[in-house]
Amino acid sequence: MPNKTFFWFFLPTGLAMILFIGLPIISTGIQSFYAQHDQIVKEVKKCDPFGCTVSIVVDNEETTKIREAKPLGKFNGFGTYTDRNHLALDEIKKFWNETESFGAFIDQVTNLPFYKALIFTLTYCLFVTPNVLLLGFIIALSLNAVARKIRGPLIFGTILPMIVTPLVGSLVLFWMIDSQGIIGANIQNLMNDPYLSLKSSKTLTWITIIIYGIWHHSPFAFVVFYAALQTVPQEPIEAAIIDGASRLQRIKHIVLPHIYPVVTFVALISLMDNFRVFEPIIGFSAEGSAQSLSWLIYDNLVNEEVILFGSAAATSMMTIIGIAILLAPVLIRTWKEFKTAR
Amino acid sequence: MRKILVTLLFLLFGTSAFADCNIKSGSINILANDFPALRTFVETSKQCKGSADFKVTHSSEHNKIAVPALTANPSEFSARIAANSSIVPLMNQDLIRPLDNLVKKYGKGIQDSQLITIDGKVMAVAFMANTQHLYYREDVLKDMGIAVPKTYEEVVAASEKIRASGKMKYPYAAAYKAGWNLAEEFVNMFIGHGGEFFKAGSAQPNINNAKGVATLNMLKKLSELSNPDYLTHDSEAIKVEWESGNVALMTLWASRSGTLLDDEGDAKITAATKLTGPATVGGGNIPAATLWWDGFTLAKNRSDADAEATFRALAHAASNKKMVADAADQAVWLVEGFVPGPKSIGVIEAVKMGAKPYPMLPQMGLMHGALGSEIVEFLQGKESAEQALKDVEAAYISKAKEQGFL
Repeated sequence: MPNKTFFWFFLPTGLAMILFIGLPIISTGIQSFYAQHDQIVKEVKKCDPFGCTVSIVVDNEETTKIREAKPLGKFNGFGTYTDRNHLALDEIKKFWNETESFGAFIDQVTNLPFYKALIFTLTYCLFVTPNVLLLGFIIALSLNAVARKIRGPLIFGTILPMIVTPLVGSLVLFWMIDSQGIIGANIQNLMNDPYLSLKSSKTLTWITIIIYGIWHHSPFAFVVFYAALQTVPQEPIEAAIIDGASRLQRIKHIVLPHIYPVVTFVALISLMDNFRVFEPIIGFSAEGSAQSLSWLIYDNLVNEEVILFGSAAATSMMTIIGIAILLAPVLIRTWKEFKTAR
Repeated sequence: MRKILVTLLFLLFGTSAFADCNIKSGSINILANDFPALRTFVETSKQCKGSADFKVTHSSEHNKIAVPALTANPSEFSARIAANSSIVPLMNQDLIRPLDNLVKKYGKGIQDSQLITIDGKVMAVAFMANTQHLYYREDVLKDMGIAVPKTYEEVVAASEKIRASGKMKYPYAAAYKAGWNLAEEFVNMFIGHGGEFFKAGSAQPNINNAKGVATLNMLKKLSELSNPDYLTHDSEAIKVEWESGNVALMTLWASRSGTLLDDEGDAKITAATKLTGPATVGGGNIPAATLWWDGFTLAKNRSDADAEATFRALAHAASNKKMVADAADQAVWLVEGFVPGPKSIGVIEAVKMGAKPYPMLPQMGLMHGALGSEIVEFLQGKESAEQALKDVEAAYISKAKEQGFL
């Protein structure tokens, strides 16, 4: 495509992207450098049906004046990024000096909210992404091998986890693993421990969410791989059969190299999706044991009656940076291939 | 013809019954939590909407939408049914209007005790009171020869006895869902121990002390007697546990007693369900519970005409003797004419025992939020009580700094 045609073709999408993705990110970035103004409080008398007390309220008149003068808030620089609820630089320095062993230091650091969330998010990505690729590929291969007649219904059944709304899917599993649900109660019987709960144990909650993630995301990988498998040329495969290549050898030397670009694509998309893991945490009510970066943003925005815009913005920016770092190797590789292809 | 006549007569009669409001214009849009008493209250106010436009949103997620929805100008809602805690963010952001003039003009039946005044201005009109108190299974306690517990120490002893007998695996229940609910249980227990959340006259936290540790230890003991999934159980979930007959002792909101004791579910369990006041803890004499009021506030960013229409409709309900008589089971109404029934015993006992109201402080929401997420690891046995309290204070301080309180 000539560059000029491409430009006009891409212009509407590009504009929409700038408007709905670019500008909000910039605005979030700016917000993350600001904190609220110092609260001006005054002592007043408060009366309710249970009696009167003297206590403090925010002085709205004074606050409005300051807000009107500086609507963005107080400039805080990287203050929000480095505070205890985010990168916690001071705390980490302190732990480093105070703790005696490296293990104790790690214990202390992983107790900080941001690092706790980061570790869960990364663990989730590292377990879910490869398993999704593998499972999706295996399903695609097996379905490609079954008779055409039953393929349709089978494909439909396979993509069902993706059709089910994430929240509904996780809720169904949530009730099944309840200590009185079908899975939860059976595990209790099996282990002979009436106090065993999939929901209260941190490790078991993580495993549950990861299994759910694999279940939910595999159909996506499967659909893409299945489509790619249809484009694999038959001649080299037939030639390989005549040469006596086994099924595994055919997959390794013909099919995989052929669909390799698609694998990269699915890996990229899965990584991005998984880094933003959020719905299962809400669906499984797993806030206590598993927190992801997206959940931290949500928590700052809605879980408290006071909305922490600065905190949420800072975590958002760090999530974007995190995704960029994760994707960098894959992107660099694709770019290199793109250049050599030309 | 006769049909039309009957309909016309009915219409005439129907309107004349509520003609006292006579609201001619304006639009009413209410945001409220979702439990039976609030539904009754809003329905009652709807009766006198006249020709005004009437909309309502009942949602248990009301806290999440309130501030953004009322910040918009004009705001999405003309009224918000709030409580001690949820009025604070509205006050902090200056999102609600003083009601003095409207009370003078249209608030004839409203009692003075219903008015929430802050700095001499009426900011809300309360209509019901609420608290968390004990529920017990009379049959189970009687069988085991256990007296009705008065303190949480007795609750623990009774639950242990029931468990040891093999009758129930998880005899105790309370809403310990990580987040707001769990933090609320901490607030109750900490106040029961005589704790103060902040150092006098400042926003500095004051929970990492012996009282805080005692609070956490008691919560842990109780959680060990609960269903192992307790960290995912909110009020609705423990209500279901109770109705399935899995629980003998429970701490739950008074406002939930209506649905707990209705005709749905096992009649035997319902008959044996009894209410009593909140328990004390650690030898203290005030209950480990907080008093709450529910009342209505009006949005500031909305036209005066809408505010007037909304106030008149809501004031109609907040002074409605028929409503409190018909729905006496649903809540402890603060409205004139309310005769407390057996289901109000929890709140009345709490007031008698000198329970404290939930602290209405600008920075309390941040403390509540920090508690909800930072004490979980202690309950899971992954952290010491001191460490958990240190974490709460640290998380609170960071948030309070960002918010400009420290």
